[in-house]
Amino acid sequence: MDDFYRDYILDHYRNPRNFGHLEHPDAVAEDTNPLCGDHIKIELRVDDQGKIADIRFSGKGCAISQASTSMLTETAKGMTLEAAARLTKDAVLENVGIGISPTRMKCAMLGLRVLKSAAIGTIAAWPDEE
Amino acid sequence: MSVSAALDASKTASIIADFPILARKTSRGKRLVYLDSAATSQKPNPVIDTLVQYYREYNANVHRGVYEIASRATDAFELSRAKVADFIGARSDELIWTRNTTEAINLVSASWGAANIRSGDAILLSELEHHSNLVPWQLLAERTGAHLRFIPVDERGLLVLDDLDRLLDGVKLVAITHVSNTLGTIVPLDRIIARAHAAGAVVLVDGAQGAPHLAVDVKALDADFYAMSGHKMLAPTGIGALYGKRELLDAMPPFLAGGDMIRRVEYRHTTFNDVPWKFEAGTGNIADAIGYGVACDYLANLDMTWVREHERRLSDYAFQRLAELEPRGLAIYGPRNASLVSGAISFNFADIHAHDLASILDTEGVCVRAGHHCTMPLMDKMGWAATARASFYVYNDERDVDALIDALEKAAVIFKL
Ligand SMILES: Cc1ncc(COP(=O)(O)O)c(C=O)c1O
Repeated sequence: MDDFYRDYILDHYRNPRNFGHLEHPDAVAEDTNPLCGDHIKIELRVDDQGKIADIRFSGKGCAISQASTSMLTETAKGMTLEAAARLTKDAVLENVGIGISPTRMKCAMLGLRVLKSAAIGTIAAWPDEE
Repeated sequence: MSVSAALDASKTASIIADFPILARKTSRGKRLVYLDSAATSQKPNPVIDTLVQYYREYNANVHRGVYEIASRATDAFELSRAKVADFIGARSDELIWTRNTTEAINLVSASWGAANIRSGDAILLSELEHHSNLVPWQLLAERTGAHLRFIPVDERGLLVLDDLDRLLDGVKLVAITHVSNTLGTIVPLDRIIARAHAAGAVVLVDGAQGAPHLAVDVKALDADFYAMSGHKMLAPTGIGALYGKRELLDAMPPFLAGGDMIRRVEYRHTTFNDVPWKFEAGTGNIADAIGYGVACDYLANLDMTWVREHERRLSDYAFQRLAELEPRGLAIYGPRNASLVSGAISFNFADIHAHDLASILDTEGVCVRAGHHCTMPLMDKMGWAATARASFYVYNDERDVDALIDALEKAAVIFKL
């Protein structure tokens, strides 16, 4: 687990991308990790073609949840809602590029769960349990 | 090293040898540095051996069989009740077996609460409470129309008692922790209980973190109820106890209903068994209950005054060593005074989230808890999202504190502090 905290992870943790809020979001979702109370909210602006034109996330949490969500917002920008809804845990694992221990998997998946919930308009399943 | 510190060290070394898990290595080959006893304690050989012996030699249901092993099981089960009762200065007919502290508190809220709490009554808690000593009272208040009040906590994690008499006005029940599991704060129960009684209130003490670490005498405290968990005091999981004053227990309706708690049953009517069995429906957790008595023997043999002094000394050392990291962003929460806390210290390190910190410490074999510690309202009030918590017990020593500091140094390197 100690090799998880690489420079780019710490960079996303300390300088999260797409952090904040949108003026008039078209879709919003938020969720809490029951294990630790970490909370993430994601707001989307969707264009005429159903693509994610803009995205913001907010919340507090550990480096794993913050960095993986920050990277995920970059992945999601420009995707259609359908494509975002179909993202699997592998998308997150590829982004972070390093193994996640089972005890911290929920931290890594929280942002993806929230993104998928925003995309489908209802609470999505935990990506690691699908 | 002073003479008393040297004596303490040799006693701790012999205690450590009684805990087989402490001789194990983690998968990374690290020594297990267990600093999470506030969550659950480790178990010494005599307790583990008791479980094995029960199942190998005299496993039988209690209070029923006439044969030899059934009477041996019943004797051991009831002897253990007497030991656990004696450990907190109670009589065995005032001690009810439960699964844990949570169930003990729920027993009181369901039974005593339903019989005594009415619409408009007040229940006084403190802002330190664990969810276990909060949510049952929220539900009772919702069911009955009673309302909750809270003794405030200050920024150091100490209760503010200045307004206690006003807060106690019209209060039927005070439910309060003995020791905060998040900050380690020892609550001045003697003052609170005396004034609560003067105001006509009944007092329940959540002793989950009290009984394991402090010498408890429920009669001297004059507590009306005292709830505790075996697993936090060297006993197995799945067994806890509720002490209650006999006259209160006698007047209370049963909690769960079924076998064992009855005297005579007709199709339409039942007379109930005497206290404590009136509150023990169904087959209990026999092996673990017997183990609880052995755990109390072990602690009594160490002497609870020594246990307290050992933990005070260790907390003092931990405060000192943690302070070395303060210039690099370490923040210590709660009363920073070993005389005011019982073996639990909450902290954060710069901008490292408590979960990341716990993960990094884990790679060094150091086990700490991270999160809200089942005290979300307290965390919200203090403005902390999460903290890391190191907690100590009889088998911890200075080496464990040093290992914690070394692992924190490693975290500082990884996070480039
Ligand atoms: C102060 C306090 N109260 C209650 C509990 C609940 O104990 P249990 O989970 O054994 O019922 C705990 C344990 O975490 C505690 O620390």
